[in-house]
This record gives sequence, C-alpha cells and structure tokens, in this order.
Amino acid sequence: MNNIKPGQVSRLHTRLDRSLLSRDKYKLFLMALPFLALAFVFSYLPLYGWIYAFYDYRPGIPLKDSEYMGFYWFTSMFSNDVRRQEIVRVLTNTFAMSGLSLLTSVLPVAFAIFLTEIRSTFFKRMVQTLTTLPNFISWVLVYSFAFMLFSVDNGFLNNVLLNLGLIDRPMNILASDSNTWLAMTLWSVWKTLGWSAIMYIAAITGIDQELYEAAKVDGAGRFRLMWHITVPGIMPTFFVLLLLSIANFINNGFEQFYVFQNAINMGRIEVLDLYVYNIGMMNSNFSFSTAVSLLKSIVSIVLLFAANHLSKLFRGENII
Amino acid sequence: MVEKKEKLGIFQILNYSGFALFTLLCIFPFYYLFINTISNNDLSSRGLVLFYPIDVHFTNYMDVFKLPGLGLAAFVSLSRTVIGTALTVFASAFLGYLFTKNEMWGRKFWYRFLMISMYFNAGLIPWYLTMLNLGLVNNFLAYILPAIVSPFFIILVKTFIEATPISLQESAQIDGAGYVVIFAKIILPLSMPILATIAIFAAVGQWNSFTDTLFLVTDQKLFSLQFILYRYMNEATSLAQLMKQMSGSANMDLANMATPTSIRTTVSMVVVTPILLVYPFFQRFFVKGIMIGAVKG
Repeated sequence: MNNIKPGQVSRLHTRLDRSLLSRDKYKLFLMALPFLALAFVFSYLPLYGWIYAFYDYRPGIPLKDSEYMGFYWFTSMFSNDVRRQEIVRVLTNTFAMSGLSLLTSVLPVAFAIFLTEIRSTFFKRMVQTLTTLPNFISWVLVYSFAFMLFSVDNGFLNNVLLNLGLIDRPMNILASDSNTWLAMTLWSVWKTLGWSAIMYIAAITGIDQELYEAAKVDGAGRFRLMWHITVPGIMPTFFVLLLLSIANFINNGFEQFYVFQNAINMGRIEVLDLYVYNIGMMNSNFSFSTAVSLLKSIVSIVLLFAANHLSKLFRGENII
Repeated sequence: MVEKKEKLGIFQILNYSGFALFTLLCIFPFYYLFINTISNNDLSSRGLVLFYPIDVHFTNYMDVFKLPGLGLAAFVSLSRTVIGTALTVFASAFLGYLFTKNEMWGRKFWYRFLMISMYFNAGLIPWYLTMLNLGLVNNFLAYILPAIVSPFFIILVKTFIEATPISLQESAQIDGAGYVVIFAKIILPLSMPILATIAIFAAVGQWNSFTDTLFLVTDQKLFSLQFILYRYMNEATSLAQLMKQMSGSANMDLANMATPTSIRTTVSMVVVTPILLVYPFFQRFFVKGIMIGAVKG
C-alpha cells in the first residue's frame, strides 16, 4: 500500500466501491433478513387472523370446521340490542377519555413555559428530575400507589381527612363510578406531565434570545413575552403532537384501564382496548372481538392518514 | 418601578410553589409506600403511618422473599430485562447501521416495511392466536422475540449514524474491512451514546412489562414481577394468612407480622427499586433519547 500514489488510491477506491456495491447489495439484505423476518412474524402475520372475524371461530376447533358467518359479527354490533348498547357505552368512554386527554395536552406546554421562568437552575433541574420519574414506573405500580393513598380501608387520604374531621365516613374513591373519566385522566397527567414537558422545554431553549431582548426593549412584560414569543415558538412542536394524539384518538391503551377496573367502575372505564380483551380473552368470543379490533384498526389508519394530510396541508411536512 | 418588582415577586412565589407542590405530588407516593414498608406493620395496616416512619424495622424485606413465587418472578423479570435488552440493543444497532447503506437491496422498501408496523396492529385475538400457533404461549421467548426489532429504536440509531462522518467507514473499507468488521470496530464504539439511551428505554420497558404475562402466560414459573405484584394487590388477604402459617406462631413479633399492607407495599418497593437506582444516572439519556426521537420520529 505504501507505493500507491494518491490518484491510484481514488481509482482503487471507486473500483472497490463498485465491486462492493454489486456483490454486497444482497449481502446487506441477507444480514437484515433474520430481523425483517421477525418483524414480519410479529407485526404482519397476525393480520391473517382477521379471517376469524368472518367465521364462528371457537378455541380448539380448526377454522375449516368453523361456520362461515360473512359480515354477521359486524352487523351484529348495530342490529343486536345488547351489543349496540355495549358498543355505544364503550365508544362513549373511549371518546370521553381521549377528549379529556386532548384537553390536557396543553398542560405540558404550560408546564414548560412556566418552568423556564424559574431562575434557580438547581430548583429547575430538581423539578424536572422528580416529575419525570412517574413516567418510568408501570401502571401496576401506579395502581398500588392509588390503592395505598385512596383505599376505603385506611387509605392515606381517608385517614387524613377523618383525623381532621372533614369527613365522617371513609370515601370509596377507587370503587366508584362517579368521576372515573376524570380520575383516569388525572392519573395519566400525573404520570406523563413532566416527561411530556421535556420536548417543549427543549423547543423553548431553541427560540432565538434576541426576540426576547427586542420585545423587552419595546416594553413587553413577562406575559406578553410568553404569549407573543414563547407560545408561537413552540406551536410547531405542539401541533405535531396534537396531530399524533388525534391519530391515536381511539387507541387510549389497555394497561391503565385494566389495572384500575373493578365491578363498580366497569361501566365507565371500559374503553375499546379493554372491551376487546374482555369479550375476546375473558368471554372467549374470539370472532366478535376480532371484528371489533378489525374495525378499530381501519379507523385508526384512516385517522392517521387524515392527521398526516392535515400536517401536509398546514406545515408541508409528513408526520409519518 | 416598585410596583413592578412586587408583581414579579408574587409571580415568582406562585410559580415556585406551584412547581414545588406538583413535584411533591410526584414523589410523595414513593415516599409514602417506603415509610410504610419500614414501619410497625400493625400501625401501617391500620393506616396510621402517614408522614414519617414509626418503629423502624426491615424484616418485611426479608419476609416478602419467603412468599411463594416472588424470588422466581424476580429472576424471570431480571432475565428478560438482561437478555431482552441485550438483543434489542444489538438488533437496533445492526439494523440501524444496515439501513444507512444505500446499496442495500430494496432498502427503501424494507425500511418502510418496518416503519409501517409502528402504526397499526392486527388486534389482540389475531395476535394471541399467532403467538399460540408459534408456540409462544407459556414460553419465556415470548418476552424476548417480539421486542427484538423495534422500529423506533432503529430510527434513533440510523439518525445517529447518519450524523457521524462517513470518512471513518470509508477508510476502513479501503483497508479491506467488511460490513461486519466496520460495524463491530467503528459503528458500535461510535454510537455508544445512542445505544446507552436505547438500552435504558428497552430495559425499563422489559422490567415494567405486564400485559404480555397477562395475555400469554398461565404457567406460574414464568410470571414476571409486575404480574406477581398485580396478583398480590388483589389477593393479599389470602397471602397474609399463608405468611402466618409459614412463619408459625413461635417467636414471631406480632407487631411486625406480615399484613396485606406490608406485603403490597414491600413488593411494590421491590418492583420500583431497580428503576429508582438507575434513574438518577440515566435521566440525561432519557432526555437525549426523546429529543432525537422528536426530531426524526
């Protein structure tokens, strides 16, 4: 290699490149193949299972021996009175809680704006570290917290209020169907607020400081600076996240509602994902459950494309 | 001027107190559970340990590992976290690297193939039946295999590698190094920061995972710690009786005998402690991770 002149190196380089290109095109693909196969098996293969939505499939009986039902399970969502009521109830819960979480999506924005007003770096860092922590614990653990703090049997809140003489009897907060939507929303705010604010804090850091200086010279006060400079500065970030949450409007998750459910709050807490589990895994009605999740997947894809379209329209950029 | 300063003062006071209050709300549950695990069990079960520990003792932490299944569940959770994280990090690094190579056959198609899978799923029952047919029900591999390829992590690595100078790879290529050697000798050391971020995300995800056990596992030997905690939340009364039988009536300090409350709080602390231990060191990585994800994801 020592005797080669610079010009030869580059010629050698391109020749090497070309031979590598043609030969290694497939080599690269083959190296990725095992992983692509995994993705296929766990993400795409289950799509085949949508076929169960068109049969009366029961666990243990092969599909070929199952009765073909056509669109029966889909039409029964509307024609069967019991099913229709269930679907309406579940959709109400889903929309209510997704709606509430859309409303609370401004909280991280406010959190970030007001946190940047804090001057003490130590305090700021402390707040950020400690408020992000709940994001990293499981919903099971959150339920354990909820149980210890709000249980009717000697829970923290009840005992404090009883000691202070503010109530006569312990309140059964967890097993109650009033304010279930609000309670679930508050738990999720508690868990995610600090974490969601991080992106906005970073967005604020990226705003040109000269804008603030100029506005101050013009006599703008704290709130005017916030409203006219900070808020527009983080609007793009907010908009993307808002679109993503619209795309996820009917996917409000499973775990939180599963761990917090009980016989009393069931009517208010059962969202689509929990409903699919309850009729599928608990009542073994595989076909109906599949029909519901098939519709749900299609609606979420439509919502995603709609959100993406909006993003293109207003920002000229894709979100997916 | 004086007026304006006063105004600022009030704003700052309100602002500081607001954040102090919310921060307190965030950490109080952790503190409350902890003081209940180390206090007199009789008092804690009657809800009398409210703000500070009373009669501090640590026997609960010894006792809870006598619970049937808890030690094993801790082992299962630890194993899935270690093995799952290692494989996920390796796969994300390797795939992220491969997808930076323009010459890969069908690169755009396969990349999209992975990315699309982030935005839909077939639904619980089709997924469950697939797992059943693959033999992944009541199988430890069900904790590992589905998590190996994660599109989000692949985006993170790909974005990171694309931002590093290509000349390093090129000079190694001229020296005759193949893709695998370049990956091992150059890409891996170079992308350590992003891989650390991914490792933390993956490890927290594995440790906290609850639903895969719920959906796929009925074999008690494969229960994860989160799942055991969930069951204890709902069955603690019968467990406390079991504990009493186990410990026998001899030299047992009545005040510190296991109670449903002591079991629930102590198991909760066992479940959360690993997170609390790694959290302060890795908080920076979390933040970095979400930022890169936000820019590109």
